[in-house]
Amino acid sequence: MNNQLLKAGVACGRLDLTELADNFSDLHPPLDDHQALVAADRCYFCHDAPCMTACPTDIDIPLFIRQISTGTPLAAAKTILSQNILGGMCARVCPTETLCEQACVRNTAEGDPVEIGLLQRFATDHMMDQPHPFSRAAATGKRVAVIGAGPAGLSCAHRLAMHGHDVTLFDGRDKAGGLNEFGIAAYKSVDDFAHREVEWLLQIGGISVKTGQRLGEGLSLEGLRADYDAVFLSIGLGGVNALSRDGGEWPGVTNAVDFIAELRQASDMSQVAIGRDVVVIGGGMTAIDAAVQSKLLGALNVTLVYRRGRERMNASPFEQDLAASKGVQIITNAAPLGVQKSGDQWQVEFEFSDDDLNPTGERFSLPADQIFSAIGQKLNSSELPELDGGKILVGEAGRTRTPGVWAGGDCASGGEDLTVTAVAEGRIAAEDINAQLAG
Amino acid sequence: MNKLASNFLGISSPNPFWLASAPPTDKEYNVRRAFEAGWGGVVWKTLGAEGPPIVNVNGPRYGAIWGADRRLLGLNNIELITDRDLYTNLEEITRVKADYPDRALIVSLMVPCEEEAWKTILPLVEQTGADGIELNFGCPHGMAERGMGSAVGQVPEYIEMVTRWCKEAYSKPVIVKLTPNITDVRYPARAAKSGGADAVSLINTINSIVSVDLDAFAPVPTIDGKGSHGGYCGPAVKPIAMHMVADIARDPETADMPISAIGGVTTWRDAAEFIALGAGNVQVCTAAMTYGFKVVQEMISGLTDWMDSKGYDSLADFQGQATPKVCDWKDLNLNYVSKAVIDQDKCIQCGRCYIACEDTSHQAIDMSDERIFTVKDDECVACNLCVNVCPVEGCITMKQIAPGQVDERTGKTVVAEHGDWTTHPNNPANIAAE
Repeated sequence: MNNQLLKAGVACGRLDLTELADNFSDLHPPLDDHQALVAADRCYFCHDAPCMTACPTDIDIPLFIRQISTGTPLAAAKTILSQNILGGMCARVCPTETLCEQACVRNTAEGDPVEIGLLQRFATDHMMDQPHPFSRAAATGKRVAVIGAGPAGLSCAHRLAMHGHDVTLFDGRDKAGGLNEFGIAAYKSVDDFAHREVEWLLQIGGISVKTGQRLGEGLSLEGLRADYDAVFLSIGLGGVNALSRDGGEWPGVTNAVDFIAELRQASDMSQVAIGRDVVVIGGGMTAIDAAVQSKLLGALNVTLVYRRGRERMNASPFEQDLAASKGVQIITNAAPLGVQKSGDQWQVEFEFSDDDLNPTGERFSLPADQIFSAIGQKLNSSELPELDGGKILVGEAGRTRTPGVWAGGDCASGGEDLTVTAVAEGRIAAEDINAQLAG
Repeated sequence: MNKLASNFLGISSPNPFWLASAPPTDKEYNVRRAFEAGWGGVVWKTLGAEGPPIVNVNGPRYGAIWGADRRLLGLNNIELITDRDLYTNLEEITRVKADYPDRALIVSLMVPCEEEAWKTILPLVEQTGADGIELNFGCPHGMAERGMGSAVGQVPEYIEMVTRWCKEAYSKPVIVKLTPNITDVRYPARAAKSGGADAVSLINTINSIVSVDLDAFAPVPTIDGKGSHGGYCGPAVKPIAMHMVADIARDPETADMPISAIGGVTTWRDAAEFIALGAGNVQVCTAAMTYGFKVVQEMISGLTDWMDSKGYDSLADFQGQATPKVCDWKDLNLNYVSKAVIDQDKCIQCGRCYIACEDTSHQAIDMSDERIFTVKDDECVACNLCVNVCPVEGCITMKQIAPGQVDERTGKTVVAEHGDWTTHPNNPANIAAE
């Protein structure tokens, strides 16, 4: 065994460059032309297709697959992108096994759906080096502020620009993309795809990107409402939940969100330090992404601990299996009690609990060089429209209770916190804003 | 006992699967491989008259259409008859027949439409020991431009004339291969019989342009920017071939003439269907050209197992069983009523039956909010389109409405008596029911 793997503490370069490159290569390699034709041939071109119904962005899936099978992938891409301008990223990160591919009638027929996600990627990849396929309507002279350049904001901005409005797209970070750029496991968006997709999207024109500007820090909702004809809030969930019940910090604990962002921005994985023993606390996609990538960086022991049962995990069965296949140990029905220093390591103490979270009294502890917390994010801003359950309350088409202000994506109430849902909400709000500005 | 043992015109072969005269049977090497793979017989690729050999194009010879997963459905070819020396072919035929006495070996022939030409080549073929000859009156490309192949097959008088010459100059069975590029196949078949043919074989390939290259704006296969029509074959032509076989089998003038069926035979089932329509054996080409000679093993096992399941001991037990069931439209029983029934356990809810019926037929399928598809008996005319577009075999079936029950579409009680167009009151020329 490689001695670097056994090395105690937190260290860089546990794996050699070849292994790292292999580990962080495309999770689902793209289909080549032949594979795409074979996969496309399996589509039955269903009437009122169940896959379309299952897609939050209502992409006409049978049509785009037929367009692939008849040798017109760019037409297929346009079918996809007209409904979902981030169809390329969604093809990479959508949990298709619980959306379109779950609904595919081939699942009923033979337990093996058409590879819709990979076909969508095939089509959209063809478009990325082509001239932008959409154009702007005549200028309306209306100005819209979009706050947050993640999937919802990008989607909203693009659709508004198409309708001829001038959009200012603000983001608190130093580059646009939101979770596509900072929050997705590296092996799902290789070759700087998130950045390339944003650049491609912005080719529509009429979108001015202003980075480093955050609501509450230089931007005020009142000011934006005064300066713009409409405001769309897509600020995501910038805060993270604390492990301790009183909201205080535990020693040794890092936010998994920050770790994932560090990985995504790293140009050299061998410079990202990782512990020999890693503990991840949480049961969602963020927890899985942190755990899997810890393992891929060369951590020897990675344990993911979730307080409820497996069936309650927000991470899909596919993601759970992925983690298991990479060597992540998953412990369920155990809640963290605290962290103690023990020599050069931390000891994270847990207590088993039943499905109703009642403690059983049975405790165990895990040694850790690194502890990642991934127990959910929360809204991190003041001066927002009326909230509901910690999110911005939205009604039809993303309208908030504040006139002239819409919201979508993870920061808004309703809908699953998925990239594809955010894209749909951004587009739908843009259409509503457009209708209102026209009226 | 070998149930598949075939005796066609007195020529025995271990099974009724012969390779048709075509590229796979052009030379000794291929034919030996075919016999080793299990083929019952071979019709050697067409020989021409002695002289400078035929020349073929040096560009592509084949074009195709495909179904899902690029499964080849139809093949088009512009290859001519053998381009090898006549005597080389005759020597190889002699050697192969001597080595495979239990297999059928037929020699296909095409020479100019002159008595001298035929009477010159026939003694040479006789000497090879081959079991018979097949007159190539079918190839529609190239040779037809020179007055041979389908140019002969399209003129019944020529068929009869040449057949008679061959029967006079050749002692063994003469099979006349017919072209489908005619209006009514019964006329050339009758001509072959009048000329003394022992059998007909059909169909040869169909005139076709298989596709157009949209960059070159030229037919495929494209030779230096141009393409000519070719001969179409493969699974796509089987329905046309079956119709022609049935027409000859049920024509009173030719009903007793043996038929070697050709056209899209790809599986044992295709062969069984042709034999049921009256064929004595089948000839295969495209299936072998697509998958290799080994496909015959599936044909042998499949036909044997099916015959076992039916209790048939020989091919004769089912040969022609379907022939009398082929009738004219006017003889179909208009009192027979059926309705489509969708098996909900098999339905995968693709909705193709629904949209096909809704958009293009009789609006006879209901789609619920839960995607449950059911047939509306008061609208269903039993057209069978839903059955044909359903991707799941056996999911939608047609069920007969028994006599005495009411057809919800017409409100009329189904009657048991036969009633066809000839006696229908709407037919101005109806004849009184007996």
